Amino acid sequence: MIDFSFTALILLIPLFMFVVLGLFGNRFKPLVSGIAGTTGLFVMWVLSLITAYMYFFVLEKAVDGTFQKFLAVNMRWLTLTDKLHIDMGVLLDPISVMMLIVITTVSFMANLYSIGYMKGEKGYMRFFSFLSLFSFSMLGLVVATNIFQMYIFWELVGVSSYLLIGFYYTKDAAVAASKKAFIVTRFADLGFLIGILMLSYLTGTFDFITLTGPDSPAFTSGQGVWFLGLSTMTWSMIFIFMGGAGKSAMFPLHIWLPDAMEGPTPVSALIHAATMVVAGVYLVARLFPIYVSTPVALDVVMYVGAFSSIFAAIIACTQYDIKRVLAYSTMSQIGMMMFALGISGYGGHEGLGYMASMFHLFNHAFFKALLFLGAGAIIHSVHTNYMNEMGGLWKHLPITHITFLIACLAIAGIPPLSGFFSKDEILAAGLEKSTFLYLVMMIVSGLTAFYMFRLYFSIFWGKQTQYEHTPHEAPKTMTIPLLFLAVGALLTGLIPFSNFVTSDRLPFVAHLEIWVAIPAVLIALVGMVIATLFYRKENNLPEKVFLALGGFSKAAYHKFYIDELYLFITKKIIFNYISRPIAWFDRHIVDGTMNGISFVTNEISFRIRKFQSGQLQQYALVFVSGALFLALIFIYLWTN
Amino acid sequence: MSFLTLFIIIPLLTIVGILLCKNHLQVKWVAVVGMSLQLITAIVLILVFLAERRAGNMAEVLFVQDNIWYETLNIHFYIGVDGVSVAMIGLTALVVFAGIFASWDIVDLPREFFTSLILLASGVFGFFISLDLFTMFLFYELAVIPMYLLIGIWGSGPRHYSAMKLTLMLMGGSALILLGMVGLYVNSAPGGGPLTFNLIQISKIHISIESQRFLFPFLFVGFGVLGALFPFHTWSPDGHASAPTAVSMLHAGVLMKLGGYGCYRVAVFLLPEAAHQMGWIFLILATIGVIYGAFGALWQKDLKYINAYSSVSHCSLVLFAILMFNQTALTGAIIQMISHGIMTALFFALIGMIYGRTHTRYINEMGGLMKVMPFLAVAYVIAGLASLGLPGFSGFVAEMTIFVGAFQNADVFHRVCTIIAASSIVVTAVYILRVIGILLLGKIRNPAYELITDAKWHDKISVVALIFGITLIGLAPLWLSDMISQGLGPIMQKLLAAAPILN
Repeated sequence: MIDFSFTALILLIPLFMFVVLGLFGNRFKPLVSGIAGTTGLFVMWVLSLITAYMYFFVLEKAVDGTFQKFLAVNMRWLTLTDKLHIDMGVLLDPISVMMLIVITTVSFMANLYSIGYMKGEKGYMRFFSFLSLFSFSMLGLVVATNIFQMYIFWELVGVSSYLLIGFYYTKDAAVAASKKAFIVTRFADLGFLIGILMLSYLTGTFDFITLTGPDSPAFTSGQGVWFLGLSTMTWSMIFIFMGGAGKSAMFPLHIWLPDAMEGPTPVSALIHAATMVVAGVYLVARLFPIYVSTPVALDVVMYVGAFSSIFAAIIACTQYDIKRVLAYSTMSQIGMMMFALGISGYGGHEGLGYMASMFHLFNHAFFKALLFLGAGAIIHSVHTNYMNEMGGLWKHLPITHITFLIACLAIAGIPPLSGFFSKDEILAAGLEKSTFLYLVMMIVSGLTAFYMFRLYFSIFWGKQTQYEHTPHEAPKTMTIPLLFLAVGALLTGLIPFSNFVTSDRLPFVAHLEIWVAIPAVLIALVGMVIATLFYRKENNLPEKVFLALGGFSKAAYHKFYIDELYLFITKKIIFNYISRPIAWFDRHIVDGTMNGISFVTNEISFRIRKFQSGQLQQYALVFVSGALFLALIFIYLWTN
Repeated sequence: MSFLTLFIIIPLLTIVGILLCKNHLQVKWVAVVGMSLQLITAIVLILVFLAERRAGNMAEVLFVQDNIWYETLNIHFYIGVDGVSVAMIGLTALVVFAGIFASWDIVDLPREFFTSLILLASGVFGFFISLDLFTMFLFYELAVIPMYLLIGIWGSGPRHYSAMKLTLMLMGGSALILLGMVGLYVNSAPGGGPLTFNLIQISKIHISIESQRFLFPFLFVGFGVLGALFPFHTWSPDGHASAPTAVSMLHAGVLMKLGGYGCYRVAVFLLPEAAHQMGWIFLILATIGVIYGAFGALWQKDLKYINAYSSVSHCSLVLFAILMFNQTALTGAIIQMISHGIMTALFFALIGMIYGRTHTRYINEMGGLMKVMPFLAVAYVIAGLASLGLPGFSGFVAEMTIFVGAFQNADVFHRVCTIIAASSIVVTAVYILRVIGILLLGKIRNPAYELITDAKWHDKISVVALIFGITLIGLAPLWLSDMISQGLGPIMQKLLAAAPILN
């Protein structure tokens, strides 16, 4: 057995970088902190690659041919009850090792890119220290050995995201967006917490290996009907999924993701496209054996995923801010991953959906990070986010153009790029489960191709826009990550994923389903052709179609008014009808009673005070009348 | 003589030193030296205590000293500590230390100010080491009374009103406590023999259930007033708003903890059966307090009011956890007291420092302060994140321990209360981020604030010491939680023994 305890370094390096840059960053020159942060991530990247190599190729498999699942590092952090304790450690299994690669690769690329992108920004070192904090938290989340460790790092990625979205803290929109992201995900995390409390109460453990093992207590306890005909275990899994849905921006908790694009673009690429937003998918995958044992909870995952996927794809077709289009696209793709998990079974070929979901997660990280970094390079050179203010950029930004095109082809699912392979597996798994949902996913594929090429043509072709300054290609630190990720988008699809990551860790052979692949490619091509007709050259077709669809397209443009609904609930109802009355009640009723008591006391003492006037005559009068009164009473008693 | 008496002697000597000083600077330095010594003694106490426990000394209370004080009534000066009181002493020493530095700029009558402040502190230390109910009550009063002077003389706003209100409400609480304690005394020798105020002795006897039921409300409400039990919390917003910085720090940070500590150490520990029977009433009140305080804070515009309501919410969570009657929740309650104590002291220190620079506490009049005072602003963000329960800070450890503990009670009533209380973490996030957004981020609204200076050296000492406290507990909670949990053995025995009597 190889000693994997060095993996703890992957966590400790970014933590160290965060503390050093955070405390002493001011003393360095800005560039130094950028290079220091990036070097740290480079070391982590190499360490992760070594870990992955040793894990998949050197480490011997378990007796039954599965990849091992073991604790590389583990230590007690807090004791709660006799049975429950929170540990901190590193759990290695195929999905955590895969996530290590995804996170460190994209982190490293985003850091490298930021050296150029953030040049001259105020708070350069603050940016890099936050990026290190994020890497630390995200890595801690994926290697978590128990669900509570995951929750801890879950909150920490939330706060890193908050800090990075609000990086431009003098901009009101950024402040509002960061607040919204934190509060919405916090609300979802409340569900996660309640789910953890229920699950741990039922099973008496937080530990992932016990919870997802073959004799997991989760399969036997909490099976009695509890509420609405569902078992306690099912409810706890639904609550846990609520946390995942919040982080992964699933409907109806998605509203924070588009606004989160107010953050610097490398942050959007790293956190809000490739890593943090897939944490929800990872969470479901991590607890997958329990989800399989609670089919209703898994169905919830499936429907929420499918609905979010098509919902976001429709909105993406109507937006003009290029980063928001990409944000909705992210939501749509994550919906697909959730859907794939939701239709999957456990073990062997049954677990095709699981494998497809992880495969898509892996591929998506590369091409979506590439799209965002490309968008960043574009915004960097033309100083606008809106695609209707762009056009004809292909000759100014050759490298960005080519890499962006590769990413668009990859996400649209054109062979032999990466998106094609994973999407094919998802559709194949979907077809086995339900024809209706398969068709929904086909529509999503078509829409994806359409909105991506709408974006592509509007930016790089379309009308010839006159720019104030001639746009110029980004510096090397920015183009190298683009090229690297483009190579990733070209090649990652060729990895025989089912040899490495499967629901039961037992490799199997997944074939390319040719009868699924052909219609999928065709519908993508249809989407592309329509986009070409609409946006290749400037014309009025898009407007006509937009108007022809009437209210529907308008509603989609306004994101189906979900934001307005939330604002109504929070601003109008919670603030005005809960918080304000409570504040009033406290001041006037509760405190009023206290003041009332003191007022009454004062009044009484004021009245009584008059008896103590110091006038002898009055005293004599009171004395005499008192004596008379008593005398009368005695006489009365005497005579009776 | 036990070295615990140092905790009384050092403050008293410091007061003597302050009275002998010739000028204001000397006064401050004497106060600093005295309270630094106190902090060091507290740290030594924690280390020695942990060493004793590790060496296998499992006595219920350590470092005991017992002197007869008034023989006729069998009143003793009886002191000693267990894991819980050691933790509380550590908290107090840290907050007082930070408080001295936070009130460095005080101009009016510094000699009298520091004297009252340290007198208050010595009352708190005395309370935490006492094991005799009478001594305990004496120190309790010693801590409450200087508060009137501190707010009435050095306060701001409607300070006379606030000082009077606070003192009267707390005195009302004391009256109830006194009745309860005398009641315990009268019942302390059911088998004949001398009556006693000795807490440990009383805990060993069984008080009849009728007397328990009679005494429990007196003690729980009496201490609960100080622990911000709804609806007896209204002294808190006014009192904090009018109090000077260090007094708010000490009051919210330490004095409010006397309430929670008293509820745990006197009311529940000595009257476990009544606690089991009547706990549900107070549990409802505490749950209301948790959520009510959080929503109350949402609407406020004055920084101190926001923090006062936030304290109501957090302190109600302490009472909530105590009333869950299991070891995990109780451990959480004590950690929450310590965590909230440091955190809220940090908040009030920062609010004082911000007020000292902007001369307003209304968040709408400020904005964009991050730009002009990055140190204080970052510290405020840290305090905020700690307050909303971010992992890595003490609040998270406390809240999670409480919620996991509370969830071990499997009946619907406790579950519903737990979920309601847990939902406060969302509301807390809302009001904290609202304040951070308005106060620190965005653009500077008032051009006069462009010239504000950042923290001075004494501000930094105060802030850094407190941040160190919350992160230490937040990152490595195991030693503290074990120390506290181990100290809860006796109360758990009593609570478990009380449960079957009821069933």
